[in-house]
Amino acid sequence: MSGQQVDPSFLSLPYRRLGDTALARAQELGASHADFRFERVRYQDLAVRDAVLQSASDREDLGFAVRVLHGGAWGFAAGVVLTDEEAVRVAETAVAVARVAAKMTPVPVELAPEPVHADVTWVSAYDLNPLDVPVAEKAAVLVGWTDRLRVGAAVDHASAYLMQVQENKYYADLTGTRTTQQRVRMQPGFEAMGAGADTFDSMSSIAPPVGRGWEYVVGGAPDSWDWDAEVAEVPELLAEKLKAPSVEAGSYDLVIHPSNLWLTIHESIGHATELDRALGYEANYAGTSFATYDKLGSLRYGSGVMNVTGDRTLPHGLATVGYDDEGVETQSWDIVRDGVLVGYQLDRAMGRMKPELAGPDLPDGRSNGCAYADSPGHIPIQRMANVSLQPAPDGPSTEELIGRVERGLYVVGDKSWSIDMQRFNFQFTAQRFYQIQDGELVGQVRDVAYQATTTEFWGSLEAVGGPETWVLGGAFNCGKAQPGQVASVSHGCPTSLFRGVNILNTTDEAGH
Amino acid sequence: MSTLSPQSFVEHAVATSIADDCVVLVHDKTGANLRWANNTLTTNGVMHGVTVTVISFVRTSAGVSTGSVSGSATTQAQVTALVEAADAAARAGTPAEDAADLPRDRVSPTWAEESVPTDVHVYDAFAPALGEAFGRATAADRVLYGFVNHEVTTMYLGSTTGLRLRHVQPTGHYGCTGKTADLTQSAWVGGATRDFTDVDALTMDAALEQRLGWGARQVALPAGRYDTILPPTAVADLMIDAYWYAGARVAWEGQSVYSRRGGGTRIGERIARPGVDLFSDPAYPGLECAPFVVASRSGNESSVFDNGLPLERTDWIRDGELTSLLQTRHSAAMTSQPVTPAVDNLVLSVDGAGGSVEDLVAGTERGLLLTCLWYIREVDPQTLLLTGLTRDGVYLVENGEITGSVNNFRFNESPVDLLNRFTHASATVPSFSREWGDDYFSRTATPALRVPDFNMSSVSQAQ
Repeated sequence: MSGQQVDPSFLSLPYRRLGDTALARAQELGASHADFRFERVRYQDLAVRDAVLQSASDREDLGFAVRVLHGGAWGFAAGVVLTDEEAVRVAETAVAVARVAAKMTPVPVELAPEPVHADVTWVSAYDLNPLDVPVAEKAAVLVGWTDRLRVGAAVDHASAYLMQVQENKYYADLTGTRTTQQRVRMQPGFEAMGAGADTFDSMSSIAPPVGRGWEYVVGGAPDSWDWDAEVAEVPELLAEKLKAPSVEAGSYDLVIHPSNLWLTIHESIGHATELDRALGYEANYAGTSFATYDKLGSLRYGSGVMNVTGDRTLPHGLATVGYDDEGVETQSWDIVRDGVLVGYQLDRAMGRMKPELAGPDLPDGRSNGCAYADSPGHIPIQRMANVSLQPAPDGPSTEELIGRVERGLYVVGDKSWSIDMQRFNFQFTAQRFYQIQDGELVGQVRDVAYQATTTEFWGSLEAVGGPETWVLGGAFNCGKAQPGQVASVSHGCPTSLFRGVNILNTTDEAGH
Repeated sequence: MSTLSPQSFVEHAVATSIADDCVVLVHDKTGANLRWANNTLTTNGVMHGVTVTVISFVRTSAGVSTGSVSGSATTQAQVTALVEAADAAARAGTPAEDAADLPRDRVSPTWAEESVPTDVHVYDAFAPALGEAFGRATAADRVLYGFVNHEVTTMYLGSTTGLRLRHVQPTGHYGCTGKTADLTQSAWVGGATRDFTDVDALTMDAALEQRLGWGARQVALPAGRYDTILPPTAVADLMIDAYWYAGARVAWEGQSVYSRRGGGTRIGERIARPGVDLFSDPAYPGLECAPFVVASRSGNESSVFDNGLPLERTDWIRDGELTSLLQTRHSAAMTSQPVTPAVDNLVLSVDGAGGSVEDLVAGTERGLLLTCLWYIREVDPQTLLLTGLTRDGVYLVENGEITGSVNNFRFNESPVDLLNRFTHASATVPSFSREWGDDYFSRTATPALRVPDFNMSSVSQAQ
């Protein structure tokens, strides 16, 4: 919770009246549960190419949704007309949809209980809302980045972008919970492109998206990104990459920087420990999980140095919020402890299905606060908490980890990613791969992808770095569900050492 | 429904803007969906939204600057606020590099007509059959997971230069995954539809039953290059990537598989087998889409100045030769090529090809038949190397018959290479990309292709 206040222009909207009206109508019609969400989400995207502002666009989603349990089945409806009549109509539609759904819902839906949060307000931690900064000022920063990148001899073209979101939500339900919240997040970035004698390539910023304000770009926060330093070094890094030798495929030890490892965590742990996937509720779209519920407490996910937490309270995390979209106060918990699967991410329906996850003191279960909808037109689904790999309290530095490797690669920055629908087999590339020989970096290599199976990969984790190597990375637009929804999520991790990982040469893979 | 008409929003915005020019886009969208898993309905919903986008254009001595602002709007006051914000953004902006004269003076004959909605009644026939399919699957130890979605968007485009264009776009699709009760076998069927009159839940379940039956014999195969039949849905997955990465500007600047080494694009080069055509056509039967450009922002493959430009059939590859790339007027001038903007459908056809997937199977001595592909991402833009996985059914073909199911694989392949290497093709039929069809690009027609050496890079244990 920051010292910032909820945007007065949101507070002036008639959400309380519409919510009370909709909930009262749903109750009249016999809903056993009803919740009301009113949302305004403001987006602004800027794009610059070769020092020219290509686009600056603003978008705002505004509307409300009513979700009911009626006859043991879900019903959902959403609308955009902000009148009492429309609130009543949407509530009635939600109940009507539930009546249709009841015929195809043989097992009644139940929800884990949650304490009533009578009228609470929560605002994320930031200093300066980027949407309050003039577009010209932000565009000038991006133009400056591309100008400076193009000074490099190897850089033919440069692009830069800035995505910003301000998310306001009001939630109310029949138990009396009322939450009003505001979150701000942003993703700045840039890319330099160049061509060598017989190749072309790019080098991107490795800066993560953050739950911070404009201070992340212009400095002032304790861990603001050093954009000037990165802009200065990327042209040379690209020049080296364009001249780098092609990798020899085979088995290598990998020292992976957090700017790359966050994405491997996201795909192979974050999604794999979503309980809806483990129970089959994403089978037709995003897929299920190898980490099925019967393996809780016994699955050897990785080596003994692997400890992973789920956390929706982490300061500046992209999935951080005070209360989720089912009115549940957010929490943090263990997912993998000493290499063993011990927890999942869940919502209220799943919390009720698996009450043992909440422990003996809560016999009816409890959600750990992972329900989220990306717009007023979408149904809340189970979405990812900030899922992070913990550092070793007295762990080694990145240099010490590299020093332990005789023949290997140091992996920095994310690029392409892909994993199968049960989260076993994955393949990732990076912004840059440095060859390690006898504990020393000896320059970049090209055409590299690492491919592994989740439990083998995490089983090969020999060491995690110390707290000083830990960085909070993340994804701005993670997709899931039908209809499709996007969510932002952060993943912290230390630099880590993996032994014997399979490396592909992507040119060979292409048959060229 | 909105309390005011979309046309009145357009007229109000055009009249209110104090910029030099203004383009207004109104998307009036309704949707209804059903989702199920474990033989029970899980979520469902109906939605309605009206989004208004105002793009303002302000001329100065340095050029034309633009501002684009979108928002939910149901009142005139909300539209006014969007106009004021767009005008202010344009005044504060910098000159646009893609500046061009706005298209002028075209009116759709249907301009005055109301928005066309959909609602949950689109499933009046489908929903009871789905309930019956749940019962049938449960009795036969099958588990069904799936989703149906139907949306209708009525789009209105108006401008200060006299454009008044309207297009109604129905978009629907269905997909159902079936698993055996022990969850060791998986199958999928899916497709696109405009109105759900051609979708039957019991037929869907019967197809899954047949496919799961093919899994009675399970065969483990290692990674390697296999004679592989890609059904139309898998070909759609790959061709969409070939299309999306076909931006003219990026190619011209030397950053894609369509770039000529040393400078320029590969337009005019043979990049596929003779007889291969890849094209888009807003009037293609069953895949009809907007016949004019709609762009809420400018980028490498879109320009707000092109809003309202007419679209027509565009050949991207004709008889194996790269003929066009995705062009705005700006990039067309840059590359000295005709203006060929993106169109919201895609068709692949092969001269002389006929028959079905089953015919390709019948002609295969030993190979693999895929169901669909998943989690496809670009690995290397120089070759358009893609990686991804097979999903929900890989079948062994022996002596022209399906004889069992095989484990899943990760592949590494380039769709451009595949268009040179395939040996057999079926007739082009409506298809549906498993990966991109749901949310982004559902209007495709493609053949099945048989590729003699498809690169299965490693085995996936996913079931």
